[in-house]
Amino acid sequence: MSTFVLLTLTGFGLGALYFLIASGLALIFGLMDVLNFAHGAFLTVSAYAAWHTATTVGGVNGLILAVLTGAAVGTVLAVIVERLLIRRLYGRPKEQILVTVGLSLTIPALVQAYWGPDSRPFPVPSALSGTVPVLGANVPVNRFVLIVAAVLVLIGVRLFLDRTRYGLIVRAGVEDRHMVTALGIDVTRAFTLIFALGGALAGLAGVLGGLYFGSLSPHQGTALLIFAFVVVIIGGMHSITGVALSALTVGLVQQYANYYVAGGFGDFAVVILLAVVVLARPTPGRRSPASLLRDLLAPRRAVATTGGQP
Amino acid sequence: MSPHHPAADAEASGERATAAPETAAPILELRGLRVDIAGSRILQGVDLTVPATGVTALMGRNGVGKTTTVRAVLGLLPDEGHITGGQVLFGAERHDITREPTHATVRRGIGYAPEDRGVFTQLTVAENLALAERPGGTPDYALVHELFPELEQRRDQRGGTLSGGQQQMVAIARTLLNENRLIIVDEPTKGLAPRVVSEVTEVLGRAAARVPMLLVEQNLAVIRQLADRAVVLDAGRVVHTGPAAELLADRERTTTLLGVGRAAELPAAEPGSGLTDANTDASNPGAGPDPVRGPGNGNSSKGADR
Repeated sequence: MSTFVLLTLTGFGLGALYFLIASGLALIFGLMDVLNFAHGAFLTVSAYAAWHTATTVGGVNGLILAVLTGAAVGTVLAVIVERLLIRRLYGRPKEQILVTVGLSLTIPALVQAYWGPDSRPFPVPSALSGTVPVLGANVPVNRFVLIVAAVLVLIGVRLFLDRTRYGLIVRAGVEDRHMVTALGIDVTRAFTLIFALGGALAGLAGVLGGLYFGSLSPHQGTALLIFAFVVVIIGGMHSITGVALSALTVGLVQQYANYYVAGGFGDFAVVILLAVVVLARPTPGRRSPASLLRDLLAPRRAVATTGGQP
Repeated sequence: MSPHHPAADAEASGERATAAPETAAPILELRGLRVDIAGSRILQGVDLTVPATGVTALMGRNGVGKTTTVRAVLGLLPDEGHITGGQVLFGAERHDITREPTHATVRRGIGYAPEDRGVFTQLTVAENLALAERPGGTPDYALVHELFPELEQRRDQRGGTLSGGQQQMVAIARTLLNENRLIIVDEPTKGLAPRVVSEVTEVLGRAAARVPMLLVEQNLAVIRQLADRAVVLDAGRVVHTGPAAELLADRERTTTLLGVGRAAELPAAEPGSGLTDANTDASNPGAGPDPVRGPGNGNSSKGADR
């Protein structure tokens, strides 16, 4: 039982981390049709900046400052990338992908060149390095930090989308950004804002990822990004709540599979989950599993026909 | 004299007394506009003038380039579309808006109700309207509520659950929220039941009394009721310009230019009589009235011309 509790809360914590990365990806893709493969690179750079702050200042204060630094660095980097590169490539998705993939290779390579390829420990303040007993399990405190952060982000993003004018513009733009411009709104400002928000969330994920894993390395962001993409594909690109639920599911599946099936099976299980969801998704011309199931359980009444018209 | 809805006449004569249409500068002028889409020349050099008062109808069969013209004016051509020549000039000041970004052009004072209505399905009616508000301006919600009382009642309803007619009301309401100098409406009655067509036409009439309008429309009865001037496109070129009443009275010409199947299909000339009779849609002669579209199904399919 205690193992199950530990796995579940760890799964929640991992899911929270995935959500922080995936939410920025989903917003950027939903609004701008940009597949931002550089998102993991934002995370990595922010993580190292945060590491520097946390190591210099130390303690809980150091961590708080590290969070702010990480988010700020992620934001600035995202804004630079958007204004200098992505903006020039609107309406050219292939070039955009090439640029973001290029960044996803270059930036970690630069980080590695400067800081070395080995992973280094992330300074965890003593207040957060212990465990908390929950239903017989000893759960590391950092899981809860991540869960709380993710919940706050979810609430914050929802409030932004539902209650602010820019949130309204984003929600409309995700549906039809050309119509938004036809109402006199400069949608490119919303683009920069969303890229910045995505960068901030990636930065936050970088810091909290360091806390969660206890270490950071130049390619950590890229590895996490793959799961973030899986989360976005499963959860849908048009609902932040969908992304949250999807992140939770992926985190849990990964933890349970790793323990109950075999170590290392977790990644495979996630891919199986992705395949099942994508294949089962109703496409035009094909009936959804739900409607097929409905037919199975309630057979159609016989229809008297003369000419074969149903 | 243009045949307008009686209720609008009093307003109209008051509004129009100040400007003689023939001498006032046009609100919109297209000069030799050429547009290519995916390598095909869609507009071959369109010359079109929208006067600063009244309704100018842009007419033509499916696929001649009506919607493409409107989109080119607003900078809304698809990614594979380009303006390859000509100019678009707006206002008495004759601003060259040919290559201006859409939002900048719209901010000069253009209200646009597109062919597919452009109602955001996940946003409520109130949010759809709020999006149209412009910074620095005072949105005229009083006018919107007066013309569209139903929208006030449905303010918290999601756009996707509105009927086609209700979505069209939202689209038109958005153009009236701000002080616009021109309203462009693309096929507002397409796919709507005759009774709803009447309501939409009446509202457009009241809107046109306040602001000049460029109206893309194939329903001849609607044009008869609203339009002062008619511009007919064929194969990407303007083939006829002149008073709308004259064109509609000339059955032979209407048949030739608009491809109406039989001259006998055209409605009688009494105002308001054509709309509840058999379908008077020039693009689909001989068909019955369209059924009322249910909620959530209101978006008409896009026309063939782009």
